[in-house]
Amino acid sequence: MASDAIPRVTVAAVTGTTEHVRPTWWRRGVLHALMIAGALAMIYPLLWMISSSIKPSQLIFTDLSLWPKQVTWANYRTGWHGVQYVFGHYVLNSLFVSTCAVVGNLVACSMVAYAFARLQFRFKKMWFALMLGTIMLPQHVTIVPQYVLFHKLHWINTYFPLILPHFLAVDAFFIFLLVQFMRGIPRELDDAASLDGAGPIRIFFSIILPLTRPALVTAAIFTFIWTWDEFFSSLIYLNDVDKFTVPLALRLFIDGAGESSWGQLFAMSTLALLPVLLLFMVFQRFIVEGISTTGLKG
Amino acid sequence: MSQRIATASDSERVARFGQRERVNVKHGNSRARAENRAAYLLLLPWLVGFFCLTLGPMLASLYLSFTKYDLLTPPRWTGLLNYRTLFTNDPRYLTSLRITFTYVLLSVPLKLMFALAVAMLLNRKIRGLGAYRAVYYLPSLLGGSVAIAILWRQVFGEQGLVNRLLALFGFHGPSWISNPRYTLYTLVVLAVWQFGSPMVIFLAGLKQIPQELYDAADVDGASRTGKFFRITLPMLTPIIFFNLILQIIGAFKAFTPAFIISGGTGGPVDSTLFYTLYLYQQGFGRLRMGYASAMAWVLLAIIAAFTAINFLGARRWVYYDDGGR
Repeated sequence: MASDAIPRVTVAAVTGTTEHVRPTWWRRGVLHALMIAGALAMIYPLLWMISSSIKPSQLIFTDLSLWPKQVTWANYRTGWHGVQYVFGHYVLNSLFVSTCAVVGNLVACSMVAYAFARLQFRFKKMWFALMLGTIMLPQHVTIVPQYVLFHKLHWINTYFPLILPHFLAVDAFFIFLLVQFMRGIPRELDDAASLDGAGPIRIFFSIILPLTRPALVTAAIFTFIWTWDEFFSSLIYLNDVDKFTVPLALRLFIDGAGESSWGQLFAMSTLALLPVLLLFMVFQRFIVEGISTTGLKG
Repeated sequence: MSQRIATASDSERVARFGQRERVNVKHGNSRARAENRAAYLLLLPWLVGFFCLTLGPMLASLYLSFTKYDLLTPPRWTGLLNYRTLFTNDPRYLTSLRITFTYVLLSVPLKLMFALAVAMLLNRKIRGLGAYRAVYYLPSLLGGSVAIAILWRQVFGEQGLVNRLLALFGFHGPSWISNPRYTLYTLVVLAVWQFGSPMVIFLAGLKQIPQELYDAADVDGASRTGKFFRITLPMLTPIIFFNLILQIIGAFKAFTPAFIISGGTGGPVDSTLFYTLYLYQQGFGRLRMGYASAMAWVLLAIIAAFTAINFLGARRWVYYDDGGR
């Protein structure tokens, strides 16, 4: 059912430049001016936050310019020690959870995707439909019993509830992404290997997996970013400040902070966004094309 | 059949009977069985996850929705009480429904309109297209995070960025974030700000529309608006449909910004009491697990209904190029 709705868009279509109207030079000028103004308006709050994080506290609300008249690192120094542990502690926690999530997703989702994309097995259609159905499922219908389950296993206040689901390929979206990609790999390659006596598992490791690398990179980046920002599950499962991830630490920071500590709050928020910004700069192409080819949510 | 060159769909059909290649016919069955085994081996993690973390919990939460359950004592069957309470005896729940519907019905259309408009502007041969696309997309990537919600709290605060800018023009703005009349709209603005991801999808769709259609329209002397309404929009309907479903579901599930901006309360005066936030308060704040489960199932029903309406409606307005439907 859901697969009908997926628009068929290819990577070539995204990168290819089809020409519709060749604008005249002044039209192009107006267009660029418009686009630049729009782009600035879009990222102005973001730039303002970053520049505010290096302004002295008393200037944050009076100085609207993006270029700080006075630069100070005090916000970072005090913010770093703002909540109980140093901020780096939470960064390490988050890094650990996100890295595990990436490994889990890549391993589990690629296995499942290969089975759906290439192998014939009983009830394949049914499993595939069920898998697609879970993509749109709100996590709230499963969260209470999941919590009870993890509670019974004594896993509350550990990272297992945040990591284990990824190793069980619960993020069906990535399965779908990888299935779509694997279907595009020429079948002749498998058939040739199969004639040489290779079984399905060997074909998976020696042919399909290496050729799926671009899609795996996309899946890895998105898993990392979404896990890094993930708030709801961490809020439910983690109780000890010692185990907090970055989003939880930030939340704790707001609770404890008054109006006077906006500078520190901005500094730590900037640090929290930094890994995502860096990934975006490095992998911009993968990210934007991943979105356009599969309609990943974002 | 074995004489023809197998196309992909042929080979799939043939392989279903375990005879993908002529060579394999003799050993077809054992081969198919091996493939079946390998497939289930690969599916194993997903199957475990599906049964233990998705289907099982779903059914369990359906059961719990008919009980009173606080995690510490065993669930007690109460029949339809939870559902009845939701709709007849819990004004805060009805408030959360109203808030959430307002949020969905405002933010989704606005977001998609912005997305389409900017995609149209970007859909031409201009220098720096990649850079523009990236900058407009960036908020979508960051928007769901706690850090951005914190920023938003400040931007729309009494001393915030918006009011500072208004002051330059001589206006005195209220504290948007603590006035219940405006708080929800600051969250709508936050959602619309993230129009980048549907925009990127629209952009890819626009590039798929065959140039010949526009050329033919030019020959017939079609106007710019005529071309938009008769070519661009109809050709884009599958993508509009896809974005619509994705965005509606996403908006119903929104949680983080409301939680951070209201400090977890849904305030001021319940003006940001999103559905998921109220569910969280009931289930994990007050340990009313049965009640929260009932809320979750109503949410699932609402999302399913919206999706079904979309699919039914789609027959009327979504145009598929490949002749069918």
